[in-house]
Amino acid sequence: MSSIPIKSPRERGVPDGAVVLRLQERIAGMQDGVPRIPVATHPALSGLLQLRTGGAYEVDSASLAMMLLAVPSQEGAWSAVIGADDFGIEAAAELGVDLTRTVLVPDPGEQWLEATAALVDVVTLVVLRPPVGVTERTASRISARLRKRSSALIVWGTWPGSEARLSLRSSVWSGLDAGHGRLRSRRVTVAVRRGSAPAREAELWLPAEEGPVRRTAMDLPTRTTLDGALA
Amino acid sequence: MVRSHEGPVRVMVVWCPDWPVVAAEAGPATPAAVVTRSAVVACNARARDHGVRRGMRRRDAQSRCPELVLVADNPDRDVRAFEPVLAAVEALRPGVAPLRPGLLALRAPGRFYGGEEHAAAVIAEHLVSIGITDVRVGVADDLFTAEQAARGAEVQGWLVIETGGSAAFLGDLPVEVLDDGDLVGLLQRLGLRHLRDLAALPARDVLTRFGAYGAKVHRLARGVDPVEPAARTPPPDLVCEIAFEPPLSSTEAVCFSVRRKAEEFVAGLGERGLVATAVLIEAEGDDARRTLLSSRSWVHSRWFTAGDVVDRVHWQLQATPAGVLVGAPVGLVRFVPETVEPAAAHADGLWGGGTDDRVDRGVARVQAMLGYDAVVVPVRQGGRSPADRQALVPWGERPTGLRPPDLPWPGQVPSPAPTRVFLEPWATAVVGPAGQPVTVTARGAVSCVPTRFHSGSSTGWQPIDAWAGPWPVDEQWWEGGRGPAARFQIVGVDGRAWLMRCEGGQWWTEASYD
Repeated sequence: MSSIPIKSPRERGVPDGAVVLRLQERIAGMQDGVPRIPVATHPALSGLLQLRTGGAYEVDSASLAMMLLAVPSQEGAWSAVIGADDFGIEAAAELGVDLTRTVLVPDPGEQWLEATAALVDVVTLVVLRPPVGVTERTASRISARLRKRSSALIVWGTWPGSEARLSLRSSVWSGLDAGHGRLRSRRVTVAVRRGSAPAREAELWLPAEEGPVRRTAMDLPTRTTLDGALA
Repeated sequence: MVRSHEGPVRVMVVWCPDWPVVAAEAGPATPAAVVTRSAVVACNARARDHGVRRGMRRRDAQSRCPELVLVADNPDRDVRAFEPVLAAVEALRPGVAPLRPGLLALRAPGRFYGGEEHAAAVIAEHLVSIGITDVRVGVADDLFTAEQAARGAEVQGWLVIETGGSAAFLGDLPVEVLDDGDLVGLLQRLGLRHLRDLAALPARDVLTRFGAYGAKVHRLARGVDPVEPAARTPPPDLVCEIAFEPPLSSTEAVCFSVRRKAEEFVAGLGERGLVATAVLIEAEGDDARRTLLSSRSWVHSRWFTAGDVVDRVHWQLQATPAGVLVGAPVGLVRFVPETVEPAAAHADGLWGGGTDDRVDRGVARVQAMLGYDAVVVPVRQGGRSPADRQALVPWGERPTGLRPPDLPWPGQVPSPAPTRVFLEPWATAVVGPAGQPVTVTARGAVSCVPTRFHSGSSTGWQPIDAWAGPWPVDEQWWEGGRGPAARFQIVGVDGRAWLMRCEGGQWWTEASYD
């Protein structure tokens, strides 16, 4: 514990947010007596977010959900997508999701909660698009299950008591002009908000024109400071 | 070989003419033919009346008989359809030898049925009762003569050649019955028109002139070929069924009762070193007619264990509308293995293989809740529209009939692929600077620059920031659509990108780059 700079973070030149984030993660990891194992998280989000089993994470777009699925799925984890009948399969594959270890329940109807609970038991990552108006009580039932079964929930929509909320702040497509070209890549600002703390942002290519999703060149200085703070 | 003391074994041949057409279930009332890519393989009597013949070119056959129903040739189907015929004859007399689909041979049953005519009548009648209307039976001393006798019999009739009468019967037949084009041509050029002429030649001369093959044909023509048909071993009966007395009306009770039978079913396959990967489960009612309450094929991603079979029974009966099940108690449940494979082909690899057991169980629970096809596995395939480029395969089934994704597919919108592909495209309005609707001409040109769009879901009109296209849609123009169609990528001022299709002036939002 002595390594945590609680007393004077400013004197050490460390941004407050990074310390708070690290402390929050450690506290969250010690709750309930169930160890919360880190889940492989996309390297482009390093310093912004570390997925852990037992957590629910909100996203506001399909591409963010696919990006979060990609790395664990490539490392051999199973994932399930529930309630999203418009999940673009080809895009998911392009963003790195291994389709052979993905199951879809496009239309669970009224029984979305039971289906989610059944799949939380067996897969590592569950993407859920819930109907509007999920109550705190429903959410807490699923959270208890997530902790016990060591899986994480990615909610495409809103979810009471989520650990973090990822959203696309701005998105600028390139490669397209008035009547010619084609969509090639998109520069987005991803904001990660935890509770009432100020959002932490990073600029990414999502999708990048070639290769995997990555930070933009302009974003590099920000990333180095964040990495330094967390080292 | 057991020979009865009365004399040589007699052979019975049962012939179902035009079997490929019968197997294709083309009715006898309409002219029908089974064809390969180019030629007629078989045709029924009605088609023959119109002048269609075996070996004729498909186009010629159609020109002689325009209303001819064409069915693609499928030898597997012929064999499969012939299986019940073999089983039906086997039920009357074991030791049946299938010669080819549509033709089978057996040792002629004699005394038991009170004579060969009677036996032939019994077999013909039995086959007619299972729905084979055109069946002919021939009985003779040897296989070749019996087959020719069957070919000479009437519909549902029989022809018995007395012992020692083969040579006289065959003698009147033309040499064409030998069914070997080259040989028939040669014999005709030698002036041998009938089998009698061939049989009259000295056996030694035939052997020196035509070799072993000629000597065999010579023996056939004299009716002294002693080959006996090789009887098949009937396939093991792997079907299991359990009857309930009294009938059961609750799903739980049925599932509880079928457990032991399911274990027997799986064990019975296991004894033969087999596993079932597809099982047909049938439930019948208790009434006199044995109404089929429900029948469904289930496929497993690995293979069926007893527990899996019971689960499928449970889901199947629950999925049946409740009213049906309450009204009609289940009197019988039957398990039919549809696909069996050697167990060795499904052994686990050293480091495991196939799907994860745990995942299989979790998915099975969701399937139990929502139905068999609610859980799907995503697969990529080839196509032009984003919706065509993906396929959802029910968990446990093997994907079939997918288009290969690596072909060029001209007209497809280049990557990146849209992250949301809508099941139902929604109607959208796209207008130009003066508010006029944007259309695509027949040559694929855009009528004016699109400047604003209004899609059903978002609020109000949104100005267009950038756009690209058109990617002309060339699909199924022969179906007569609503005019030229093309796809566009459109980015609104809010930075969100959409894939839209314009078809005959109407715009649809197909997908979104969310």
